[in-house]
Amino acid sequence: MKPSLASRVVLATLAWAAALIMVFPILWMLVTAFKTEGQAIAIPPLLIFTPKLRSFFDATQNAGYLLFALNSVIVSVGATVLAIAIAFPAAYALAFFPGKRTEFTLMWMLSTKMLPAVGVLMPIYLFLKNVHLLDTRLGLVAIDTLMNLPIVVWMLYSFFKDIPHEILEAARVDGVGPRQQMIHLLLPLAGPGVASTALLSVILAWNEAFWSINVTASHAGTLAAYIARFSAPEGLFWAKLSAASVLAVAPILVFGSLTQRRLVRGLTFGAVK
Amino acid sequence: MAKLLLEKVEKRYEGFHAIKGVDLSIDDREFVVFVGPSGCGKTTLLRMIAGLEEISGGDFSIDGVRANDIPPDKRGLAMVFQTYALYPHMTVAENMGFALKMAKVPKAEIERKVAHAAEMLQLDKVLARRPKALSGGQRQRVAIGRAIVRNPKGFLFDEPLSNLDAALRVQMRTELVKLNKQLETTMIYVTHDQVEAMTMADRIVVLNGGIVEQVGSPLELYHNPANLFVAGFIGSPKMNLLQGVVSARDDAGADVKLDDGGSIRVAAANIAAAPGLRVTLGIRPEHTALAADGEIGGTADFVEHLGNETLVYVRRPGEAQMIVKADDLAGVRMGDPVRMKPQPARAVLFGPDGKALLRREFHLR
Repeated sequence: MKPSLASRVVLATLAWAAALIMVFPILWMLVTAFKTEGQAIAIPPLLIFTPKLRSFFDATQNAGYLLFALNSVIVSVGATVLAIAIAFPAAYALAFFPGKRTEFTLMWMLSTKMLPAVGVLMPIYLFLKNVHLLDTRLGLVAIDTLMNLPIVVWMLYSFFKDIPHEILEAARVDGVGPRQQMIHLLLPLAGPGVASTALLSVILAWNEAFWSINVTASHAGTLAAYIARFSAPEGLFWAKLSAASVLAVAPILVFGSLTQRRLVRGLTFGAVK
Repeated sequence: MAKLLLEKVEKRYEGFHAIKGVDLSIDDREFVVFVGPSGCGKTTLLRMIAGLEEISGGDFSIDGVRANDIPPDKRGLAMVFQTYALYPHMTVAENMGFALKMAKVPKAEIERKVAHAAEMLQLDKVLARRPKALSGGQRQRVAIGRAIVRNPKGFLFDEPLSNLDAALRVQMRTELVKLNKQLETTMIYVTHDQVEAMTMADRIVVLNGGIVEQVGSPLELYHNPANLFVAGFIGSPKMNLLQGVVSARDDAGADVKLDDGGSIRVAAANIAAAPGLRVTLGIRPEHTALAADGEIGGTADFVEHLGNETLVYVRRPGEAQMIVKADDLAGVRMGDPVRMKPQPARAVLFGPDGKALLRREFHLR
């Protein structure tokens, strides 16, 4: 039965309202970024004003945006490359040489993600301090790698499971070693899956805020730490904070929407085949 | 050169005993077929020989060297899978040359070997294609070609023809046998199809429930099945099995009184049965004739005209159905009463334990 016009109108209105409520903070942030500080705190809020780029200038000029952005790129790409390099052989072993403990190992890896990160803040902070990796990119790369490793292993594992195991068995009988199998067979065959996994890992590392804020400062801070600085001692400067947030969110948002198709396909690959 | 020896080979999974002590010797250049119903362990046994499954017990040796712990790539054997397992992202030529390339064989030599194998398998025109663009038969040949270029000591085939259509299957059957003679290598071939086993094998290994039921040439298995399982498995249509009791015994044979009346003569020199023993009498449909003076009676339940022969399915009250291979112009119709006459020199006997009670020498004319 086709729903009546009235019910369709009500449904559409509700849906749009829900979407608007959810996206409003981000829209408001975008709008505020183009205001002056005075306009930003005006009550009632200004809806019509002349957009200015002043806040963006302030946010980048005095706060070293480029360094933080560079850190974000280095940390997220570095952590992704490292995580895939470690997870690839692990997923290969789990997928093609399953043993009695394979399932347990997979569950155990995932279970580490159930622990609240703040629960291990102290030991990890002290550890990084003692090995002199506080506020270094290397330290943050290591943490992000380990944070994302379970998910990366899981994703690669599920992609590998979709590859007929006879293909690798044929290679084994033909004298092709594990390293060659991974490079010449698994990588090309699971290419789209590896790409989706890498994309997700980059996004997760880019958005990671807890560790970035807590174990880095001016040297290795990522854009997450950069935003956090604007709510610091000087008090709140809404326009500048908004501009900084826009600058932090924009790159990954653009990146995400460009790769969206691949990402969605990768994430649903095993589920809907 | 590859002489394979299996001694008391076992495979145990958790809670499942897949292979229960297999003894088998496979000679160099021999074409051996493992046959049996699904789940009998034939593929597991092949994978153990390939090195893809660990051997839980017993010894396996290749050319006298214990091979239980030798990894698959060092065994010098090549395997062809049921699904072909071609590398989908490589061309036919790349597929065939991949193992050599990984072994750092010079490029010119790889090309020469691939070209040679491609010519032998009539793949020379499709070398630049990907597996996706090939027919089933061509894919199958690429898988074989991939094995040939490595010049292995032996080939292992895991139901390689089951994904092909019937006509192609018959053609590939003869090609594989020719290849065996041409390459002069040992081949082990796994199938559940007893026709494939009969037509291709030098020797057949019949497996059932993880044990070897019988090893022998196709004709040996056909004429002298060692037990009821082999009797029922080899031959199509199936051997007729009739219940009865040995009523008389002399030097030339024995008389068996069937449960539904009628006495049948079994002619054989050495029958390990004394009068009074309950036996199962086996007689193949092609060794049973329709005759007015036949010892066994029944009703024609169903008649199949295959052209070159006619199969008559005979219903007997209270007894198992019998099949008779009759003359194509016998003129039997459904519902007709019939009488059947087994050839005494072709009937076999099995004891209460299901084991054969006689073994005939047969001579090829």
